[in-house]
Amino acid sequence: MNRRDFLQLTGLGTSSVLLRGVPIIGHSVDPQALLEPGLDISIKKRLADAALNEAKSLGASYADVRLGRYLNQFVITREDKVQGLVNTESYGVGVRVLSNGCWGFASRGDVRNETDMAQVTQKAISMAKANAGLSQRAVQLAPQKGLGEISWKTPIQKNAFEIPVKEKVEQLLAVNAAALKNGANFVNSVLFMINEQKYFASSEGSYIDQDIHRLWPTFSVTVIDPKTGKFETRDALSAPMGMGYEYLQSNPADKITGITTRYNKGYDMLKDATAAAQQAKQKLTAKSVEAGKYDLVLDPSHTWLTIHESVGHPLELDRVLGFEANFAGTSFVTMDKLRTKSFPYGSKQVHITADKTEVGSLGAVGYDDEGVPCKQWDLIKEGALVNLQATRDQVHMLGENESLGCSYADSWSRVQFQRMANVSLQPGTTPLSVDDMIKNVKKGIYIIGDGSYSIDQQRYNFQFGGQLFYEIKDGKIAGMLKDVAYQSNSQEFWNSCVQVCDQRDYRLGGSFFDGKGQPIQTNAVSHGSATARFNGVNVLNTARKI
Amino acid sequence: MAILSKEEAKKIIDKVLSYSKADEINVGLAGNRTGNIRYARNTVSTSGEADNLSLTVTSVYGKRMGTASVNEFDDKSLEKAVRRAEEIAKLAPENPEYMPMLGPQTYLNPPSFAESTAKIDPEFRAQAAFDSIDPCVQKKIVAAGYLEDNTGFSAMGNHKGLFGYNQSTSVDFSITARTEDGLGSGYAIRDFTDVSKLNTKAATDIAIQKALASKSARALEPGKYTVILEPTAASDLLRLLTNNLDARSADEGRSFLSKKGGTRLGDKLFDERVTFYSDPMNMEIPGSPFSNGGGGRFGGGGGGIDGRPQEKVTWIENGVVKNMSYSRYWAEKKGVKGVPPPSGMIMVGGNDSLADLIKSTEKGILVTRFWYIRAVDPQTLLYTGLTRDGTFYVENGQIKYPVKNFRFNESPVIMLNNLEALGKPVRMGGNLIPPMKIRDFTFSSLSDAV
Repeated sequence: MNRRDFLQLTGLGTSSVLLRGVPIIGHSVDPQALLEPGLDISIKKRLADAALNEAKSLGASYADVRLGRYLNQFVITREDKVQGLVNTESYGVGVRVLSNGCWGFASRGDVRNETDMAQVTQKAISMAKANAGLSQRAVQLAPQKGLGEISWKTPIQKNAFEIPVKEKVEQLLAVNAAALKNGANFVNSVLFMINEQKYFASSEGSYIDQDIHRLWPTFSVTVIDPKTGKFETRDALSAPMGMGYEYLQSNPADKITGITTRYNKGYDMLKDATAAAQQAKQKLTAKSVEAGKYDLVLDPSHTWLTIHESVGHPLELDRVLGFEANFAGTSFVTMDKLRTKSFPYGSKQVHITADKTEVGSLGAVGYDDEGVPCKQWDLIKEGALVNLQATRDQVHMLGENESLGCSYADSWSRVQFQRMANVSLQPGTTPLSVDDMIKNVKKGIYIIGDGSYSIDQQRYNFQFGGQLFYEIKDGKIAGMLKDVAYQSNSQEFWNSCVQVCDQRDYRLGGSFFDGKGQPIQTNAVSHGSATARFNGVNVLNTARKI
Repeated sequence: MAILSKEEAKKIIDKVLSYSKADEINVGLAGNRTGNIRYARNTVSTSGEADNLSLTVTSVYGKRMGTASVNEFDDKSLEKAVRRAEEIAKLAPENPEYMPMLGPQTYLNPPSFAESTAKIDPEFRAQAAFDSIDPCVQKKIVAAGYLEDNTGFSAMGNHKGLFGYNQSTSVDFSITARTEDGLGSGYAIRDFTDVSKLNTKAATDIAIQKALASKSARALEPGKYTVILEPTAASDLLRLLTNNLDARSADEGRSFLSKKGGTRLGDKLFDERVTFYSDPMNMEIPGSPFSNGGGGRFGGGGGGIDGRPQEKVTWIENGVVKNMSYSRYWAEKKGVKGVPPPSGMIMVGGNDSLADLIKSTEKGILVTRFWYIRAVDPQTLLYTGLTRDGTFYVENGQIKYPVKNFRFNESPVIMLNNLEALGKPVRMGGNLIPPMKIRDFTFSSLSDAV
């Protein structure tokens, strides 16, 4: 796929339009091939050593090898039809070397033997040498001791690839039927399943074998009013997860009841599609919001995206330093602001962590793509900015001597660079339910689900929509609203956070295809939160006539 | 070797077709060589080069379709790919929207290949990066840029005798120049079929000029303003309209082209100076001679076996919607010829330069580009996003001072009704788009971002 096609498809962050934003990379294969084992670990080690030895003999001061097998299955349906069944496999190696103080990278598909590995390593070395003349500073790598031969696997209960395609198709068609029965005119549904089998080896003595699983069931329903010619949509309230097919097993304990049912680590797609059709219909006659200031009560199915855009991205060290200036942008956060350790990013209620370990999250792995063991750390503590996200070759600019483990590449064919960890708003420490939170809101809007999203290149000014909007009047839900979007400034917004519900309401949302870099690469990342309240936020009415 | 000649491609495709036992078979063969160089903070950060050659077999039994890809080209591997596609097809669910493959077609021969671009090597890229970094270093400006080139071919053939082949090249370059204090930022972007038209230094000089001129921006009140959109900015917004011309979405009632009881085909929806057409033979933006399907936002998807010829098509003429794009399935269902979505769009403009548009403006805002544009309401094509990398206040025909960036909430449909003037079109992201002046453009808030 060339870059222009890719950009057109990909965009930044996730998209509520189901298939816009989906990169499909790899060879089409039989679904059965997705269950075949990859190379034996002894062969992977032998191949990796061939590259590491070649790098050493050519004078590289450091080298790492990523042998990757990436498996995707996408099941795509609309109404009573299967539109697409995509099974892909992509296998190859990426070799990164440090030579003459400069990075060099080369990749190759379908590597089979030591000669292939040596050739790709030679190409990486020649790239490093060609660029050394344009390099102004030598790469400085934070120490990472070799970890020996180790492995890690996403703790799944049911490998999604083991479920027959027929069963998945039936599940989606049943979901579509439920939506149509409840008044939807159109429904599109998709199941995305991904398995990354990654083998990392470095010249420092790490040999890390990882088996990573992710899954995302989602849909979008459309209801049309023939009297007016107007239409409304409602997208799924599911989250992409670092889980197996067990996410689609409905468990009463994972259902959060209320004005609409929301889901934790078990998703009832049928129930949500039923509700979606009814709610899209309700939207047609909902009251158009009156623009003005409101207190917002934000459900975790919505807040994840606001966290992603207004905290996750501005707290990436490579953006702060300017490495992403030509595409994703820089950051309003500067090294000076960070150094004070007291920059007031949010109110005292705001405790935001970065994490690569949370069970069920998209970002959870044992080790990052530089072989650094993963962990959790604070980004914003009691409202004050305390740290960023970084990789081995940049963390020294934070005055640190240990990487934060944020390196990732979306394919063996791409060079790894700094990507977002799970960035999550920690739940409040005082017991507080959603009902109790709403009780004290005089004039507010309760927002559920993610919608339209946009933020500037330094992450100051943003605008977000949602899926469902409910007016809160004097502590009670007064009815459904439409045409709602809110605008704020990241720092102002997080300082307007007055309450966060407790641990019982903590849930994950996330992005399966977050884009960054040139050529663009995707990253999957979760963001947890409990329902939170933000006072006096500017709400606009988005209705227009053409 | 990633680039095969027409004869080489046909030979492989014919061989693969001969292995087929299915009702229908389509073979796609594509190869490309792509290279890139990326820099930031005035130093190269990454670079790479990759070759891809891949063959995709689509086998069909009735309305069941299976696809398999392979990148090994010995007879055994090719036959194995055919058998695998057939196995997958037998197990696949029926697609009631499947359309039988087309017979032989006559394709145009667009001028989409340039030898100069095909010859790009790592040294050329390093020099192009140096030509951009060096003037920035000289002026104490911080450069971040990216250059990517592609040389490729695409061929398709099926059991009914259809065969198509095309070679193409492209180069994309973008540069962001920022002042060391972070208070000024400028941008330039270029794309060409023929790299000899690319001058990374000249593009960088414009970005530097904008970076220096955009320092110390003043805050203006948000509201409705006359805007002069440079081709980059205009193209950012118009793409949103031209990518949404799918007939099926309109017929189904979920597009800006839907209206109560039907569609807006034939309606005058824009200012009468608005005309869009596509032409694969255009010298500036040569396109693909055949369609790969697509199918629009909720369309059936072509799976790369569409095969319809791309021709010159007028989409909007003098403000009237003249054509929408159709998947083959939807065209048959609706009983129309149904043109595929185009590979590049041309908006008819005038002869004025950007400078002329500025000169004729009493009060307005000059916009270099937009950023992070997202749909707010698909019914009205309302979008939100922000200005970026060079936004200036214009008064009495002159650029007066830089202004802070704005967030906009605007629909390209409303915008093309508020048209004041069109300049001379230039290539932008594979389209030909003029700079334009628009009145009453809605800026909803201010951003501190530089």
